[in-house]
Amino acid sequence: MKLRGWRRLIAAVPLLAIVFLMSGCSTDMGVLDPKGTVADQQFDLIMITVIISIVIFVPVMAMTFWFAWKYRENRKSDAEYKPNWSHSTKVETFMWGIPIVIIIILGTITTVYSFKLEPSKALAAETKDGVKPITIEVTSLDWKWLFTYPEQGIATVNYVQFPEDVPVEFKLTSDAPMNSFWIPQLGGQIYTMSGMAMELNLIANEPGEYQGRGANFSGEHFGKMEFIAKATSQEDFDHWVADIKQSSPALTEQGYDELAEPGVVDTNDTYSSFPEGLFDRIVNKYGSSHNHSGASEGESSSEETSSED
Amino acid sequence: MWEDIKDWASDFFVTGDPLIYGADVGIVLASLSILFVLTYFKKWKWLWSEWITTVDHKKIGIMYIIAALLMLFRGGMDALLMRTQLVMPDMEFLKPEHYNEIFTTHGVIMILFMAMPLMFGLFNIAVPLQIGARDVAFPVLNSLSFWLFFMGAMLFNLSFVIGGSPNAGWLAYPPLSETMFNPGVGQDFYIWGIQISGIGSLMTGINFIVTILKMRAPGMKLMKMPMFTWSVFASSLTIMLAFPILTVTLALLFIDRFLGAHFFTLDAGGNPMMYINLIWMWGHPEVYIVILPAFGIFSDIVSTFSKKKVFGYKSMVFALMIISVVSFVTWAHHFFTMGSGASVNAFFAISTMVIAIPTGVKVFNWLFTMYKGKISFKSPMLWTMGFIPCFVVGGLTGVMLSVAPADFQFHNSYFLIAHFHQVLIGGVAFGYFAGLYYWWPKMFGFKLDEKLGKWAFWLWNIGFYVCFMPQYVLGLMGMTRRYSTYSWDTGWFGLNLVSTIGAFIMGAGFLVQVWQIVYSIKKMDKDTTGDPWDARTLEWSIPSPAPMYNFATDPRVSDVDEWWEEKQRIAAGKPTPKPALEPIHMPKNSAMPIFKATFWFLAGFGFVFDWMWLALPAMAGVGITMLVYSFNYDTEYYIPVDEIRKTEAAAGRAV
Amino acid sequence: MSHNANHAVQGHGHDHGGHHDLDALRQMGFWLFLITDCILFGTLFATYIVLHNNTAGGPTASELFEMPGVIAETFILLTSSFTSGLAVLCMNRGNKKGLIGWLIVTVLLGASFVTLEVTEFLKMIDEGAKISTSAFLSGFYTLVGTHGLHVSVGLVWMTALIIQLSKRGITKTTRRKINIISLYWHFLDAVWIFVFTIVYMMGVM
Repeated sequence: MKLRGWRRLIAAVPLLAIVFLMSGCSTDMGVLDPKGTVADQQFDLIMITVIISIVIFVPVMAMTFWFAWKYRENRKSDAEYKPNWSHSTKVETFMWGIPIVIIIILGTITTVYSFKLEPSKALAAETKDGVKPITIEVTSLDWKWLFTYPEQGIATVNYVQFPEDVPVEFKLTSDAPMNSFWIPQLGGQIYTMSGMAMELNLIANEPGEYQGRGANFSGEHFGKMEFIAKATSQEDFDHWVADIKQSSPALTEQGYDELAEPGVVDTNDTYSSFPEGLFDRIVNKYGSSHNHSGASEGESSSEETSSED
Repeated sequence: MWEDIKDWASDFFVTGDPLIYGADVGIVLASLSILFVLTYFKKWKWLWSEWITTVDHKKIGIMYIIAALLMLFRGGMDALLMRTQLVMPDMEFLKPEHYNEIFTTHGVIMILFMAMPLMFGLFNIAVPLQIGARDVAFPVLNSLSFWLFFMGAMLFNLSFVIGGSPNAGWLAYPPLSETMFNPGVGQDFYIWGIQISGIGSLMTGINFIVTILKMRAPGMKLMKMPMFTWSVFASSLTIMLAFPILTVTLALLFIDRFLGAHFFTLDAGGNPMMYINLIWMWGHPEVYIVILPAFGIFSDIVSTFSKKKVFGYKSMVFALMIISVVSFVTWAHHFFTMGSGASVNAFFAISTMVIAIPTGVKVFNWLFTMYKGKISFKSPMLWTMGFIPCFVVGGLTGVMLSVAPADFQFHNSYFLIAHFHQVLIGGVAFGYFAGLYYWWPKMFGFKLDEKLGKWAFWLWNIGFYVCFMPQYVLGLMGMTRRYSTYSWDTGWFGLNLVSTIGAFIMGAGFLVQVWQIVYSIKKMDKDTTGDPWDARTLEWSIPSPAPMYNFATDPRVSDVDEWWEEKQRIAAGKPTPKPALEPIHMPKNSAMPIFKATFWFLAGFGFVFDWMWLALPAMAGVGITMLVYSFNYDTEYYIPVDEIRKTEAAAGRAV
Repeated sequence: MSHNANHAVQGHGHDHGGHHDLDALRQMGFWLFLITDCILFGTLFATYIVLHNNTAGGPTASELFEMPGVIAETFILLTSSFTSGLAVLCMNRGNKKGLIGWLIVTVLLGASFVTLEVTEFLKMIDEGAKISTSAFLSGFYTLVGTHGLHVSVGLVWMTALIIQLSKRGITKTTRRKINIISLYWHFLDAVWIFVFTIVYMMGVM
């Protein structure tokens, strides 16, 4: 009797989970609901690994419970008992062979995708002809995100907007402890580190508001490091830029210093201009003392990794 | 004057939080009552000579385990506080600052002050008995290791009430952990707490390598060692190679903070990325250090409860050794998102996947050990059965994480959190629980209640899945780790609520275990046979609890399952003849470890608060203790044959 | 430091078939300790190599290092390694006086090495090259200082052994202790060769 109660409880768990999942569908499903080329490919890759995992999981679980049931001590069947059976070349070949084959397959897929989805690789080739990518500079501060648009000459806080179907080249750095820049629906994250200009190429294939967040702990109000990434049509974007140019205040050097002070910003401030070369200055502030500059290609930082070996 | 003292006290002690005041009162009351009980029952001398100065590996093991269970309680409380804060959006149960401290201490305590000592406890209890030795290679060093761990853990926990807890995450990435962003003493407590106990761990690693290589009973070739002993060997080897890196890394961080050096600072040429590389060069092997012994425990348990030889012994050994070697070249998978480039990422992705091969092989080994066996599902085996599915899922999500280009979407999200809790709870915690249930009768001479054990098992198992399965989904929905709160429009409420319920179910599981221990002590179901599970290895050939000299005469070994074979021989009327009793050479107790560790504690405390008047004399004290010890040549004695005969007779053994 | 703890006298007589030889245990334990110490120094060398160009406007290696002093230090330490070897030779011949004498010479040489190093450090600090000046100097002082600290610990330890020897003479136990410290001393010598090459030679070149 007791057992039956347990089973009912166990069965109820996944059901409950599914109910909650369903109720969550109207909201942002993050990685599971990709809206850009990069996120699409990453989603496909995740699905490949899920399928491979299931292919392993199901037979292993079947064996586990089947063996446990069949060879239980007080069994009624006359299943064999061989206390000294401890070696079989056939079984051992399979037991090493199967994981090796799976890892070879997965390793190959991983290597191919590693180069295909390298975040610093430009996406231009994947869009229609004649679309020029837009560059947006991202600086993580304590505890807010500053976005500067070198081509448009505007700046925003905790809010970033760009046209759909246009590759976005994010250049990222930090003027505070390391963080990580992540818009799950558009693609994977990359660290923002002081003294380096990292590169992340994303694209939105649909208009919409996407949740973005800091993914690497950076201190007290790290939990407030959320931002909105909005993809609109090119026209709307141009309007939005023009609007800011007209109505927002300028971000001065002093204004930046105040913004960089630790604290939380609740409003999505916008600025009609920002000091020339602000981003490079932030990078160089720390970068000059490092023996590596900008790890976007990964060459210098990979050298470092190996030299510490 | 009074005002000055008040000012100082409000800085020195952690103030302002009712939770902490409550804990303060609790700690003071508990300490007072312990002091009272010890004094009232005149137990101080007993405590000193039987426990504090003991060099007996079995007692040291028990002390490790008690300390680990206390730490499990503290770490578990941290977990429940966190889950309460996250139960619904916009909670204001904990302030962000407090939340940050709690996830930091939770991580540090669970890995370094819970998993490690529980593991060392089991090393100590089982390894010398499994290899037929009378103690470890260096018993005094062993006691020193324990006291260093203990003092390190106490120092770390002290930050809860004095000075403030560390709050930069369990690995304390700079620059956040540097004075520039983290001027308080919490981070120094972190450094010294871990440093002191880390030195102890390093010495334990060396101790067990020598023990296993040099102290095996006659006839026990390397390839005739029990699987748990093999796993301890692999783990100790990994400790020996990985822990010096931790020592250096923490020392450098301390030099940065204390002397204003620039190893990991943002300015003057410091390189924070170097810290991240270094800490993971220790940190990744560290997780294998704790999981390998669990593999060994499962191997012994599966074989014992299936009443069958372990399948593919050579494969098992080979797999263990591969894991411990390859674990050193996977560290960069913890930061695929650092922009190291596709080739570096692909290399570390593949090296990580390679570990999945021997790990998968081990799972098949356990399954084929069960195949054609006669399986009984007592507590230890039950935990093993809970472990296999849990670990397989955790392993598979681990492989998913190792796919570097996909990791850009998993990294630092709750997907990662769910993964490593699945391998650390499902693998390590379940493994050590299984080990505890398995060796409990050998440690204390009585059995734990099976019925309560089943309750604990099911609560833990169900609680685990309820807690962590939703977290995989939350991660994919974009919830990142270490967020102290989230808003309603994220859509994360439902899954977080479920997860919190699961955490409390596991908490209930822990309570049932505590009750199980109390109940079983009262019931006192004595193990008179010394072999309650009808097991296979040498530790079961002697009485429970083991006499202080372990083996009255050196066992002779001719098989992996020596005790099982011996039982067959006894049944056939042809037991191996035992050699005549001889006086046994034993090490004397030593007070050096407790003194030396106390000096380390004081030195650490002094460095935390920049009190050189305390730190420097205490460091001198560390040196002087060693010197005094070096001059002591009177450190051993013999147990006479008569006494051995009496002890054996009292345990019901004819000699 | 932990290596001293290896002196702990342990259980297990060798009277049971002789498979637990106490001396062998300790020798092995000490070799393993040396492996961990190698990793410790290896990590410090790695950090130094990563940081050695990050002078942050402070003095560089070639501006700072004065080779004559360093070469003197090197010769002194190499000689002390040689004299510690002579001490062991005396011990093996049962010559207690010679053993103690050579150990004293070794201690004196070691002490002068440490003195020279400390003087060098003080002079550099005086010139404004402090540990907090740049990442390069942080790496330098920590690496070279850790070696110096090892030598200093060795000096105290060796002095203690000299006292024990004079009290107890050459016994099985003291013989083991001398063998172990001599191993330690040679090890520090080998580490210094790396310090000399990687830090000083490559620094001034």
